[in-house]
Amino acid sequence: MNRLSKLAVNSEGFIFDPTTGDSYTVNPTGLFIINSLRDGKEIDQIAEELSKEFEDTPEEISKDISEFVSHLYTYNLY
Amino acid sequence: MAKKYEKPVILKVQTGMMNKFGSSPYYTRKVRTEIDGVAINELVEKFGSPLFVFSETALRQKYRAYYNSFSTRYPNVAFGWSYKTNYLPAVCSILHQEGAIAEVVSEMEYDKARSIGIPGDKIIFNGPYKNLSALEKAVKEGAMINIDHFDEIYDLEKVADKLKKKIKVGMRVNMDTGIYPQWSRFGLNLDSGQAMDAVKRMVSKGKLVLNGLHCHIGTFILEPNAYAVEIEKMIKFGYEVEEKFKMKIEYYDIGGGFPSKSKLKGTYQEPDVMIPSVDEYAESISTSLFRNLRGGDLPKLYLETGRAIVDEAGYLITSIIASKRLPDGRKSYIADAGVNLLYTSFWYKYNIEIDRQVDGTNEPAIINGPLCMNIDVIEEGRLLPPMEKGTRLILSPVGAYNVTQWMQFIEFRPNVVLIGTNKEVDIIREAEDLSDITRREKLPERLKLNLNSP
Repeated sequence: MNRLSKLAVNSEGFIFDPTTGDSYTVNPTGLFIINSLRDGKEIDQIAEELSKEFEDTPEEISKDISEFVSHLYTYNLY
Repeated sequence: MAKKYEKPVILKVQTGMMNKFGSSPYYTRKVRTEIDGVAINELVEKFGSPLFVFSETALRQKYRAYYNSFSTRYPNVAFGWSYKTNYLPAVCSILHQEGAIAEVVSEMEYDKARSIGIPGDKIIFNGPYKNLSALEKAVKEGAMINIDHFDEIYDLEKVADKLKKKIKVGMRVNMDTGIYPQWSRFGLNLDSGQAMDAVKRMVSKGKLVLNGLHCHIGTFILEPNAYAVEIEKMIKFGYEVEEKFKMKIEYYDIGGGFPSKSKLKGTYQEPDVMIPSVDEYAESISTSLFRNLRGGDLPKLYLETGRAIVDEAGYLITSIIASKRLPDGRKSYIADAGVNLLYTSFWYKYNIEIDRQVDGTNEPAIINGPLCMNIDVIEEGRLLPPMEKGTRLILSPVGAYNVTQWMQFIEFRPNVVLIGTNKEVDIIREAEDLSDITRREKLPERLKLNLNSP
C-alpha cells in the first residue's frame, strides 16, 4: 500500500515509480482500481464502485480485482 | 455514458526491446469465428469442446497442389499417403480418392489400409518392424516392401522359400545429404557400402529381386537442395546396382519430410517466411532427377507426404475454463485441451485464434491444459488479451500426428469432425467414454470390492 502512494499516476493510465525508475501502463479499469487502492478502499468496495462506473461488469469482478492486485504484488507495487 | 468494462491490466513499459508491434492488440490478435463457413459456436454446441476439426476442402486442395506441382515437372510420379501422420479412415479415404496410395509402417497400419479397401499392391510397406507373418501377408498381397535392415532380408528369404517364389523388394537407404541431424537409424547406409553389401547378399541367394530404392532424409526439411542431393546419390547407386547385377530399379521412393506452415519452436521468423513453397521442392527434386537420370529412363517417383498435406487441414477448438495470475506476473489460462491431445506442442508453436473480439490490452500469458501434470503446457508465452472463462481458442495447424500420437491420459479423447466441401459436418471419430477405457481391463475376482458387506 505504501508503495502505491508513492507512484506518479496520470489520468491516462501512465504510471511512474520514482523509487525504481520503472514505468507502467494500465487500462481504465486498472487505473480505477489503483486509484481506489491509493484511497485505502477494500476490494469489496472497489468491486461495487467499479460496477457502477463501468458497464457490462462481470459477476466475478472481485476475482479480476484480486488477480490485478496480485499482479501489482509481482511488480512490487503493492 | 458509463465506460465499457475491460479486465484490469497493468503492463511494465519495456524500453530498448524489440516490441514495435509486440504489445499492440491490433497487430497480434487474431479472431476466427468459423472454419470453412461453419461457426465455431455451432461446432462446439453440437460436438462439445475440445474438438478436433478437419477441413475436407483444405485436404483436397493441399494434395492437388502437391500432385500438380510434381506431376507437371516429372511425368511418372505417385504419392503414398503417410498413415502415421493421420490414419483416421475419413482422412485416408479422401486422400485415396485423390489418387494417393498408402504408405504404412506397421502391421496395424497395413491392416488399417486393407480394412478401408486399399489393395495390397497399392501399399508401400516401410518401417523397422515388420514381423514374419506381416511380411508373408504383404508378399502374398503384392505390397511394395522396403527393406529396413539385414534381418529383414533373412526373413523375406524365408518367406520366399515358403511361398516358393522370388520376391521383388525395395530397400531403404540412408546417407549424408548435408542436413543435420542425419537420419541413419533406418535403412542401410549408402556412404559406408552397407547398402551395396545388402544387395550382394540378395543377389547371392537369388531369392529377392531389388526393384526399388527408398530413403527418407528427415522431418520438417527446410532445405530443398537436400532432396536434390538425396536423389543424386540414390540414382548413382541405382545405376551401379543395375550395371553390376543386371537388375532394374523401377522406382525411387524419396520419402517425405516436407514441412507444413507450422512454427517450429526456436525459430524467429514466421512460417510464411521460413517455409519454402511446394514448387521450390518440386523444382529442386525434378531438376536433380533429370540431371542424374539417363535419357529415356523415367523410373517411378514416389513421395510419402504426410505432414505437408494434412497439418494445415486440422484445427483444435479448446475452451478457457479458468485463469490465474502466476507469482512471476504472467497470466495463466487453463484450457480443456492439453498435451494429451496435442503431442506436437512439444515442438511447435501453434497459431492461436480467438473466437471473439476481446477488448483490453495484450499481456504475456501461458496456456495450460487440464491435466494435473506440471508438463501440461501448450503455449509457454504469448501476448493474449484478457479472456473470459468460456472463450474459445482455435489452434492450428494440428492435423498431423496429433490424432495418432494423442494419449488417453487423465481425460477422454474428444470428438473429431470433418467439414465437407458442402459445409456438411460429420463425426469421424467419436468422443471416448469410460467404457472405452474399461473395455479391455480385467479385474481378478479376488480383487473385486464389496464394500457393502460387513
